[in-house]
Amino acid sequence: MAEMPYIDLEKCDCCGHCVEVCKCHAIVLVNNIITIIETEDCGWCTECEAICPIGAISCAFEIVFEEG
Amino acid sequence: MAVDIEIIKQVAYFAGFASDDLEEAAKPFFEQTVKRGEIIAMEGDPAENLYVVASGAVKLFKTSAEGKEQILYLAHAGESFNDVPVIDGLPNPASAQAMGPVDLYALSKVDMRALLDKYPKAQKNTTNLLAGRIRTLSLLVEDLSFKHVIGRVAGILLKYAGDDVGSKPRLTQQDMAAMAGTAREVVGRSLKMLEADGSIKMNRHRIVISNKKALEGMVEMAT
Repeated sequence: MAEMPYIDLEKCDCCGHCVEVCKCHAIVLVNNIITIIETEDCGWCTECEAICPIGAISCAFEIVFEEG
Repeated sequence: MAVDIEIIKQVAYFAGFASDDLEEAAKPFFEQTVKRGEIIAMEGDPAENLYVVASGAVKLFKTSAEGKEQILYLAHAGESFNDVPVIDGLPNPASAQAMGPVDLYALSKVDMRALLDKYPKAQKNTTNLLAGRIRTLSLLVEDLSFKHVIGRVAGILLKYAGDDVGSKPRLTQQDMAAMAGTAREVVGRSLKMLEADGSIKMNRHRIVISNKKALEGMVEMAT
């Protein structure tokens, strides 16, 4: 299961800006609701988070030390 | 969900408590579950409860008139927040928001005061806890006043890096910006610079610290 950006649907007003900037077409509008499609093509560019005018999208990073 | 004594035991107020006293002190706590993104306390509102994080992470932050966020600190499992307004009776000095699904143990202001009256050890622990808060906030003032952004970002990466996946809260670039007192775009550029010089690797949703010493050097040099 591919990790994907998180959309807070309670905040989202379906403006569609994230759909426009998503290079891998992982964010789509289905029946006027922003929906994320799981895909390994999502490179975590965080453009969707950056463009969201109301902060409804989070692309959170886990930070780890390299092993060894 | 029942109050877990193992969590209560980690709370600074109860350091050095005997097990009987811990059991007694835990009784007035009540559980509360909050969703990701939910506001638990709002800056300027009256404070009703002291909270202990049982699981998950909570960010404590202030918001400017323009809507810019400055994170003061993150509270993790076993740590309390909303201490200051519960103790001084003044409004919340900062807002608190769940960074993911969070389980909390809450203690009403009245019960907190009763607990402090009953256990002198808790009063002494309160002094230590508040001293720790002052120290944390003094370090934040130092960082914001004297350190360059890249050093602050390097410091945040080191502070929130875990040895295991899931051991520390995940951070968005917006979270890092709100901690570093800068704009999200600046954090994005800093991460790209750190990746270009080989200090970190951006592996999709994972930031891997490949040169810890280089980051520590940047934190030192940034002053």
